[in-house]
Amino acid sequence: MTLVLEPRHLDALRRHGEVDYPREACGLIGGAAADGRKVAFTIVPARNARADAPRHRYLIDPDAFRRAQDTLDRDGLEVIGVYHSHPDHPPVPSAFDRENAWPWLSYVIVEVRGGRAGEHKSWVLADDRRAFAEETIWQSQS
Amino acid sequence: MAVTVLIPTPLRPYVEGRGALQLEATSVGELLERLTAEHGGLRPHLFADDGRLRSFVNVYVNDRDIRQLSQKETLVQPGDTVSIIPSIAGGTAVEAELPKLSHEEILRYSRHLILPDVGTEGQRRLKAARVLLVGAGGLGSPAALYLAAAGVGTLGLVDFDVVDKTNLQRQILHGTSKIGTSKLESAKERIHDINPNVRIETFETRLTSENALDIIPEFDVVADGTDNFPTRYLVNDACVLLGKPNVYGSIYRFEGQASVFYAKEGPCYRCLYAEPPPPGLVPSCAEGGVLGVLPGIIGSIQALEALKLILGRGDSLIGRLLLFDALKLQFRELKLAKDPDCPVCGTHPTVTQLIDYEAFCGIGAEPAYAGPEIVAHDLNLEWERNSELVVVDVREPHEYEIAHIDGAKLIPLGELPSRLNELDGHAEIVTHCHHGLRSMKALEILKAAGFAKVRSLKGGIDAWSVEVDPEVPRY
Repeated sequence: MTLVLEPRHLDALRRHGEVDYPREACGLIGGAAADGRKVAFTIVPARNARADAPRHRYLIDPDAFRRAQDTLDRDGLEVIGVYHSHPDHPPVPSAFDRENAWPWLSYVIVEVRGGRAGEHKSWVLADDRRAFAEETIWQSQS
Repeated sequence: MAVTVLIPTPLRPYVEGRGALQLEATSVGELLERLTAEHGGLRPHLFADDGRLRSFVNVYVNDRDIRQLSQKETLVQPGDTVSIIPSIAGGTAVEAELPKLSHEEILRYSRHLILPDVGTEGQRRLKAARVLLVGAGGLGSPAALYLAAAGVGTLGLVDFDVVDKTNLQRQILHGTSKIGTSKLESAKERIHDINPNVRIETFETRLTSENALDIIPEFDVVADGTDNFPTRYLVNDACVLLGKPNVYGSIYRFEGQASVFYAKEGPCYRCLYAEPPPPGLVPSCAEGGVLGVLPGIIGSIQALEALKLILGRGDSLIGRLLLFDALKLQFRELKLAKDPDCPVCGTHPTVTQLIDYEAFCGIGAEPAYAGPEIVAHDLNLEWERNSELVVVDVREPHEYEIAHIDGAKLIPLGELPSRLNELDGHAEIVTHCHHGLRSMKALEILKAAGFAKVRSLKGGIDAWSVEVDPEVPRY
């Protein structure tokens, strides 16, 4: 699949990573899936519930997920992906990311080095949970 | 009518793209079994290899999380809605970056490495771990020594005291040659001798509401070895607010307590003791004494619990209060429950930031016993001139046995109200105790009973020993 994002979505999630640096920022991506593409319509920032280790862990708790899902549902949208920042680490999923990952969702990771957003990449978990595969991000202009 | 199962978007590809399914079942466990039997692709995403529901999979029956109900045994009825709700978690690669062990470390920790529950991975976890010890005294001593020896990578130490001779009876981090030097310097030297691989971060300060939120977040586990209530409540509240486990220990005379307060998984110190005792009611070790071996036992239990938390092994003291009686040599255990009304970790907390803990514990707020004092040197001169002057020692008989001032009359503070008839209402009276606090309370009692010419010896028998008579031993 391909993830389709508008520049404003990318800006929003990259800026979220910069604002929360050196803590990990996280949130959900709402949109619709069709014809082998997941198209983003909105970015839903979330609170990082891992107050104990916010510099290298993030958590969107189930209540926050449910609320976001219900809100998106009213607009006919669904959760198509997740984003989070890697403070001072490359935008590559860690073993911990993989252990906790859900299939099908796009996992967009933004590297934030010294407070500045750097590279970003999107990943999808393999069916057998053994690996993440990089997914193409297609930037739409609308 | 069947039970409706709502499927989140990431799992829909495994159920032919559907968002809801209808299934017959009487419990959540049975429902999930049916679901994964019909749609095999779901199983690895819902269940771990050991058959347990994965930690990021949440199941709600109608609007309630089954963790708050009966887990998989939660019953369902036709018409119920069961939702599978994701938690989304992840983070940077700290696990993959667990530090490697050098050849020297492999040899040093070999007795750990051959333990199946520690092994190389556990030892690398210990090396990556950061433990903060609040207090490098009686409890902090054995805790620091054992945590360092076990290979905890970074130890933080908070203390502002210097080594005093009276510490050496129990504070085994410090030796006779270190009297008068800072406890942190002394601790650093000793810990480095035991294990030079340990990184030590020292904070030569009292832990306060101002600095606690800067110091504690940098550590994984906090071990509370403090001897006073304001700091104990401060450590507790800061740990709750920051989501850190607080390995608690306390000692008094022949008795000790230990527990692990970790609000995420169990009760906190305030669930056990919501309010501090009135100031002065519970004596400190300095006032009441403590058996030297006792902190060795309780502090070692704290070290053990900290190691278990880091390794993720065994049953921790979360939700249990261990009580130790050294004289009976008896361990007892109390179950502790989380208090839903707890002001800091309850469902509607009223304490959401650190407060003034001195004031909370009534220190400073309480009107201090104030009365006329006399310094030891003046008392000596006055007593020589006026043999009618009466010196009343209000300490306990066992203290009198350690050291006393010749000619002083022993009336322990607790007996004073009933023994006032032994004192002459017209005489000059000077009360004394160990350091001058209890003798102030004695003044209050005497003044209330109508005694007019009463004073307290400033600094107690300790000052007498220093200023007047070195033959009187200090203790």
